[in-house]
Amino acid sequence: MSGHLSRREFLEILLAATASGLPIGHSRAGADPGWEGLYEVPRFGQVHVLHFTDCHAQLKPILFREPSVNLGTGPAKNRAPHLVGRALLRAYQVREGSAEAHALSCVDFEEAAARFGKVGGFSHLSTLIKRMKASRPGALLLDGGDTWQGSATALWTQAQDMADACAALGVDVMTGHWEFTLGSDRVEQLIASNRKNRIEFVAHNVATKDFGDPVFAPYVMREINGVATAIIGQAFPYTPIANPAHFVPDWAFGIQEEHLQQTVALARKQGAVVVLLLSHNGMDVDLKLASRVTGIDAILGGHTHDGVARPVEVRNSGGTTLVTNAGSNGKFLGVLDFSVKENRVDGWRYRLLPVFANALPADPQMESLIAKIRAPHEAKLGERLAIAGDTLYRRGTFNGSFDQLVLDALLAEKNAQIAFSPGFRWGTSLVAGSPITYEDVMNVTAITYPQTTVSEMTGERIKAVLEDVADNLFNPDPYLQQGGDMVRVGGLSYAIAPERAMGERIQDLQLGGKPLEAGRTYKVAGWAPVAAGVQGEPVWDVVSRWLRDRKEVVSPNPASPRLIGVASNDGIA
Amino acid sequence: MKSDFDLSAWPPPSLFSRRHFLRLGARLAGALALLPWVPGAAWAAALEAVFKERTVADVLKGLGDDIQSSDQITIVTPEIAENGAVVPVTVKSALPSTTEIYLVVEKNPNPLAAAFIIPDQTEPSISARVKVAQSSNLIAVVKADGKLYSATRETKVTLGGCGG
Repeated sequence: MSGHLSRREFLEILLAATASGLPIGHSRAGADPGWEGLYEVPRFGQVHVLHFTDCHAQLKPILFREPSVNLGTGPAKNRAPHLVGRALLRAYQVREGSAEAHALSCVDFEEAAARFGKVGGFSHLSTLIKRMKASRPGALLLDGGDTWQGSATALWTQAQDMADACAALGVDVMTGHWEFTLGSDRVEQLIASNRKNRIEFVAHNVATKDFGDPVFAPYVMREINGVATAIIGQAFPYTPIANPAHFVPDWAFGIQEEHLQQTVALARKQGAVVVLLLSHNGMDVDLKLASRVTGIDAILGGHTHDGVARPVEVRNSGGTTLVTNAGSNGKFLGVLDFSVKENRVDGWRYRLLPVFANALPADPQMESLIAKIRAPHEAKLGERLAIAGDTLYRRGTFNGSFDQLVLDALLAEKNAQIAFSPGFRWGTSLVAGSPITYEDVMNVTAITYPQTTVSEMTGERIKAVLEDVADNLFNPDPYLQQGGDMVRVGGLSYAIAPERAMGERIQDLQLGGKPLEAGRTYKVAGWAPVAAGVQGEPVWDVVSRWLRDRKEVVSPNPASPRLIGVASNDGIA
Repeated sequence: MKSDFDLSAWPPPSLFSRRHFLRLGARLAGALALLPWVPGAAWAAALEAVFKERTVADVLKGLGDDIQSSDQITIVTPEIAENGAVVPVTVKSALPSTTEIYLVVEKNPNPLAAAFIIPDQTEPSISARVKVAQSSNLIAVVKADGKLYSATRETKVTLGGCGG
C-alpha cells in the first residue's frame, strides 16, 4: 500500500476519515497490516532482560515519527545511531514497508502510521512483557529512566501515575534523568515507595556534593535462572547542566568512568557472572565508555532516543561490550538473552521489538489503572485547540514541525523578534488532519520549569548561545556532548558548519533578510529557564492560547539552518 | 567531593582507611603550607609572585624552567563542569619522591590556583575546588625528586539547558 498514494491524495483521505469520525487506526480496515511473526522470539540461553527506556510518561498509545535528520559528524558519521530513513533500513536489512521499518524509520511516515496505527501504551507494552516473560521465566524488567516526565498526568500527579503504572508493569530496576526535575525530595519519596513495590533505583554516578557519599545503590545483584547478574545504574551524567541544577542542589553527577570501573570490579568480586550497565548516558557516550571500561557484558542505553535494531559490539582491552539503545515513548521493548557456560557469557541474542497497539491486545488490568489515572483529567486533556495541517513531530537535529509551532506561538504571543526553544527529544507526533488537543500540547511541553521569558540579547550573545549548544552536539569528543538536539530558533536564519571548531560553526545569522548585528539588542522569547526563581507564563498556556485563536488548520513550516560542509550523510534523509 | 568518592563507602560498613587518612593528611599539609608559622613558610612567600602572574607561560616560568610532561600524573575533573565557580579537581602523582603539586587553570585571570607541599611518607594526592571561568585546560605540575613534570586535562564550562 505504501507509495501508491500521492501525499495530497493521502491527506485528503485522512481529512475525510477524520471528518467522518473514523478512528485513524481503522481507516484501512480489511488490509492485513502484516504483523506475522513480529513477536515470535524464541528463548535463548538462561539470562534474560527486558528493557524499555525514555517512555516519557506516555501511558496511552501514540504516534512517534523517528527523525529524518540525525546528523553524525567526525567519527560518528554514517554509523549507528546516526542513520536515518532508507540508509537506516539498509544498514539493518529491514524491508521497506514492513511494520518494523515503520517503527525504526521516518520512511513514508504518514501512510505507514495510517496502516499500522499507534505505538506504545502501557497496556500494550504490558501484554508484550507478559508474553516475553512467559517464554523467559526469570526475566528482569529494566527501565532506563525518563519515565516520570513527559505527560500532563505525570506533571499533575508529580509522577505518581508513572510510579503506579511501573509497579503494575513489574519493573525490577530503574535509573533516571528527567526524574530529577521533580526535585530531590520527591525523587527520594518516590524511590522509597517504589522499594515497597520491589523496584530498585540504581545510579553509581550520583554522590553528595559535600562528602561524596553515594546517594543511590550503585548496583543490584539478581539471580536469573541461577546466574548471578549485576545491574549497575548510570544516571544522566549532565543532569545539573542540561536541566536546572537547583532541583538537585546537593548532588553531583558526571560520567565517573573510574568509579564505574571500580564498581564493575566490586560486582565481579561479589560473584556477578553477567554485568550490565543500565545507562542514561546517550548512545554516543555509551559507545566511547564501552571502549574504555572493561568487564561490562552489555550497556542497555537510552537518553538519545535511538531505536537501534542491532547492538553495536564494542571491543575494549577486556573483551567485548554490547551497546544498545531502545528508542523512546514506550515504542520499543528490548529483549536481550545471554547464554552462560562455565561462569562466562558465551553467546547472546537481541531483538528490539516495536510495540504496536493494534497487534497486542491491551492488558485489562493496566487499561483500568490508566483509565482511573486519567478520569479526573479527561475533559481538560481532550480539549480540541486546532487541527494539524501537516504532520507535527519534534525529533530532528535542527528542528521539527511541532517545535516550529511552539516558536511561532512564542514569537506571536510575546511579540518577539527571535524565539528559542530547547532541543528536547521527547514529545509525540500527530499526522496531518488530526485535532491538536490540550494533551498533545502538554506532550511537548510538560516540564517542571515551563516559564516563558522575554529578554533583551545582543547579537553577539545570541551567536554565543548557538555556538555553545552546537558544541554540545558536534564536539568530536562524545563525553562533551549532552545528548539533546540543536536549540530551535524562530525568526532568525543561520548557517552551520558542524565539523568546524567551537566559535566557527555558526555563520550568516540573518533577521528579516538583514545580518544580525553583534552590538545590537534584540527581543528574544524562550522557555525552560535553568536558573532558579524565574517568573513567566507557562509555555503550554502560551501555545494553547495561540492555537485556540487559530481554531483551524495550523501548518508550521519548520526552518532549518543551511548546512556547510555536510555533503553526503546517512544522518540526513 | 564527588571526584574522589570510592567504593569503600559502599556497601557499608566502610572503614576509615589508611588511604583516607593519608589523603586527609595531604590536604591538611597543603592548607597549612600557606600559613607563615609552619615549615614551608619560605616556600609560600616565594610563590606569592607566581600566584599573581597573568599567563600560563609566566606561571610555568615562575615554577621552574624545565617541565616535562608525564603520564604518571592523573587529573580527575568532570568532563563538563556542573558549576564553573566550584569545579572539583583531584591530582594524583605516581612519581617517586613527589614533594610539591601545583594546579594551574589556563584561562583564568590568575592561572595558578593552588600549591601543595607533600610531606614525606604521604600519598601524593590532592583535592581542591577551583573556579574555572570558561572552558579551559587544567594543568597539574608536580615536583618529584627535584624535577618538574606536568599533565593537562580540559574541562568544559557550558551554558547548559539543552539536554534532551
